[in-house]
Amino acid sequence: MTVLPPPTIELRNISKQFGTVRALDAVSARFQSGRVHALLGENGAGKSTLVKCLLGYYRADAGETIVDGRRVAISHPAEAHALGLGMVYQHFTLVPQMTVAENFVLGRGKIPLVVKWKDEQDQLRSFMAGMPFRLDPQRKVSTLAAGEKQKLEILKQLYLGRRFLVLDEPTSVLTPAEADEVLGEMRNLANASKLTVVLITHKFREVEQFAQDVTVLRGGKLAGSVDQKDASKETLATMMFGGGTAEKSRVAKPAAVADGVPYLKIHELIADGDRGTPVLNGVSIDVRPGEIVGVAGVSGNGQKELVEVLAGQRATTSGSILVDRQAFSGTRSEIKRAGVALISEEPLANSAVRTLSVMENLALRQFDEKPLSLAKFFLNRSRLAPFARDLIQRYKVRASSPFVRLDTLSGGNVQRVVLARELSRDVKLLIVQNPCFGLDASAATNIRQQIVDARDRGAAVLLVSEDLDEILEISDRILVLSEGTVSFETSRANAEVYEIGRHMAGAHAA
Amino acid sequence: MTEAGELGWWGVLFAIFAGAIRVSTPYLLVSLGETITEKSGRTNLGLEGTLVLGAMCAFATSVITGSPWLGVLAAGVAGASLGLLHALICNLPRVNDIAVGIALFLLGVGLAFYFGKPFIEPRATMLTGISLGFWSDHPAIRSGLEVNPLFFLGLLLAIFLQWSLINTKWGLYLRMAGESEDAARAVGRSVQSVRTYATVFGGFISGLGGASLSLFYPGNWNEGLSSGQGLMAIALVIFARWNPVRCFYASLLFGGASAIGPALQSVGINQGYYLINAAPYVFTLGLLIYSSSASYRLAGAPSELSLSR
Ligand SMILES: Nc1ncnc2c1ncn2[C@@H]1O[C@H](COP(=O)(O)OP(=O)(O)OP(=O)(O)O)[C@@H](O)[C@H]1O
Ligand SMILES: [Mg+2]
Repeated sequence: MTVLPPPTIELRNISKQFGTVRALDAVSARFQSGRVHALLGENGAGKSTLVKCLLGYYRADAGETIVDGRRVAISHPAEAHALGLGMVYQHFTLVPQMTVAENFVLGRGKIPLVVKWKDEQDQLRSFMAGMPFRLDPQRKVSTLAAGEKQKLEILKQLYLGRRFLVLDEPTSVLTPAEADEVLGEMRNLANASKLTVVLITHKFREVEQFAQDVTVLRGGKLAGSVDQKDASKETLATMMFGGGTAEKSRVAKPAAVADGVPYLKIHELIADGDRGTPVLNGVSIDVRPGEIVGVAGVSGNGQKELVEVLAGQRATTSGSILVDRQAFSGTRSEIKRAGVALISEEPLANSAVRTLSVMENLALRQFDEKPLSLAKFFLNRSRLAPFARDLIQRYKVRASSPFVRLDTLSGGNVQRVVLARELSRDVKLLIVQNPCFGLDASAATNIRQQIVDARDRGAAVLLVSEDLDEILEISDRILVLSEGTVSFETSRANAEVYEIGRHMAGAHAA
Repeated sequence: MTEAGELGWWGVLFAIFAGAIRVSTPYLLVSLGETITEKSGRTNLGLEGTLVLGAMCAFATSVITGSPWLGVLAAGVAGASLGLLHALICNLPRVNDIAVGIALFLLGVGLAFYFGKPFIEPRATMLTGISLGFWSDHPAIRSGLEVNPLFFLGLLLAIFLQWSLINTKWGLYLRMAGESEDAARAVGRSVQSVRTYATVFGGFISGLGGASLSLFYPGNWNEGLSSGQGLMAIALVIFARWNPVRCFYASLLFGGASAIGPALQSVGINQGYYLINAAPYVFTLGLLIYSSSASYRLAGAPSELSLSR
């Protein structure tokens, strides 16, 4: 570890254009050495683009970068790395088919011709012993849950000795306790003058607790830079959304007590994870029409597998799933008959086709039905565009046109496309996993409202989420999934955060 | 093919075994070449062309210089050149590696036939086999165990590549390029250069397979020499799930299947000779159906391959 203070970086008038979208328009910011700097803004405001220009992942069209008073031209990530700048991207950049240790070594600039794995692993273990979180170096990354992958991304950067670290929404997949742990650790490193941190987040709580400076972007322009101490939530919200257009969080009214026959009945479900060991150990969940059942839990306790089983993507060992009293295995005809909508996490990878246009993605569920299809064979192209435009407007998707490729949209907007597609039909059972992952407050409120509306129209809703606040906000009943079983159940009225948190943490205490 | 004649049914088994070793070498070398190429995230379907061109170059060089090992080298260089061509074309934006592969397949075969015309008649100096049958004085066993030196080269290569994929810098880069272009970009590596090296290297090894055909077994040069072995070797990579050592076993299996026909003929069973000679093709088809699945992605398939995306 060098004794020099970590870098101060100044960005001057950075502009970046993607086709017709002006993602950044002369944005300036100053990231002070040894401080935690929050970067705020709505979905599509240009936060990710700004930091990617800094890190050499994109080439800015105009503007300059000044590191410790020296002008530098960073045109390649390797040049950024040489300067000690690193980034944890919003989308994971790990190699899924490789082990944790291999991913660590690959990030390194210099790799010896022959890698001595035993030494590397020992070194990694001793490095991780001094870190707030650890991972088994021999695990394959594809078997890690989203939360664990995020930890790995951060650990990797620290391991590589980065002294300026950009975190793009690092806590979206972490529980509040884990987030506090991670960000607390970041702040400690900054305070010890070992690290300069840029934190992109949508959570005001994190800004208040961990950031010292705040820069806000709006629509690709700089909306302002302030000291955190001088910025109230209201000022920040005004800067982000421009004059109080932020939607007020409408706390959903609890449903009229839902009784009657469960629409979804999961009974004693047992299923193996990717490593061939049981991950779901007898899960039973009932969801009745007109109620939202929230499944809380720390990532890696079977949430991913539960949703995969419901989606028909994972075989079960035993147990049964009934939807509308009939066995359900996730086939297209069953989904249609029972009116099931399912939205899994990481929609860009799991529920959408990144290379198709926004319009085509929106039509994926209905392209073979009237009115989008003629005679169930031809696409009715003339209906497609208006259909897509209508959904884009109703769900506030920010896309320059319905014809752009889905993967050119910002993270939050991809989420909205998938939700629009799934919720626009007549839905009787809605299964959602982390629906607001990466959304800003106003978008998240909007999405949650859509879920509540679906319930009020009589749908049974299963909400699997790692965001406890979200679960508390809209669920009628709350379950905790821990080590592959439902370890706790409570009604919304009786819910106690402390009690729920204790059961969520149960897995770790053991 | 008479070695099994007087050994009876044991002879048939022995002939299949000896045949497996003899026939498997080109499968092994081409499948290793393709494994390395595919591990980097590209498919080179042109390796049949590489195999045929390699065979021709090896034969011609041996005829002209009298040195079979110079021929082997020439085959490798010819293969590497086709590989380089494939890589350079695929590095251009919006080029599909499958289409380029098919074009190079035709190019390689065409070049070989064109330049190979004058070499159909002459005899070339062959590679000398390594005698593993010294312990027996049975001539059939002795000649059956004259093993192609390139077979051992392939075996060593398979083991070495397997080890390198896990334990060397280049192995890690290769797998990263094949598994996640995003990850490679995030650590600041260019996948194109990795893929270029991999395709050239793969072409070189596959070219050696051609030398094995023309300079050891069957040990001549004509236009029907390969009869699709390069294509079957590519299918074999899928069966071996992109694992070099499994490529070795799979090649032996394929070689064994090809040797059934001649072995049966040697004990005088001639019925269905042509049918039995189709065994390796049927076998390929069967294995591909067996190892594919509607619900799972092939385990081990590099994620960046256009056929698994
Ligand atoms: N590679 C690209 N090609 C075309 N347009 C892009 C590309 N990357 C981003 N954009 C556009 O630039 C704008 C800014 O996107 P960016 O990803 O920086 O937003 P963000 O602030 O990070 O949003 P979020 O909070 O949703 O992640 C968006 O309108 C987006 O659609
Ligand atoms: Mg972003």
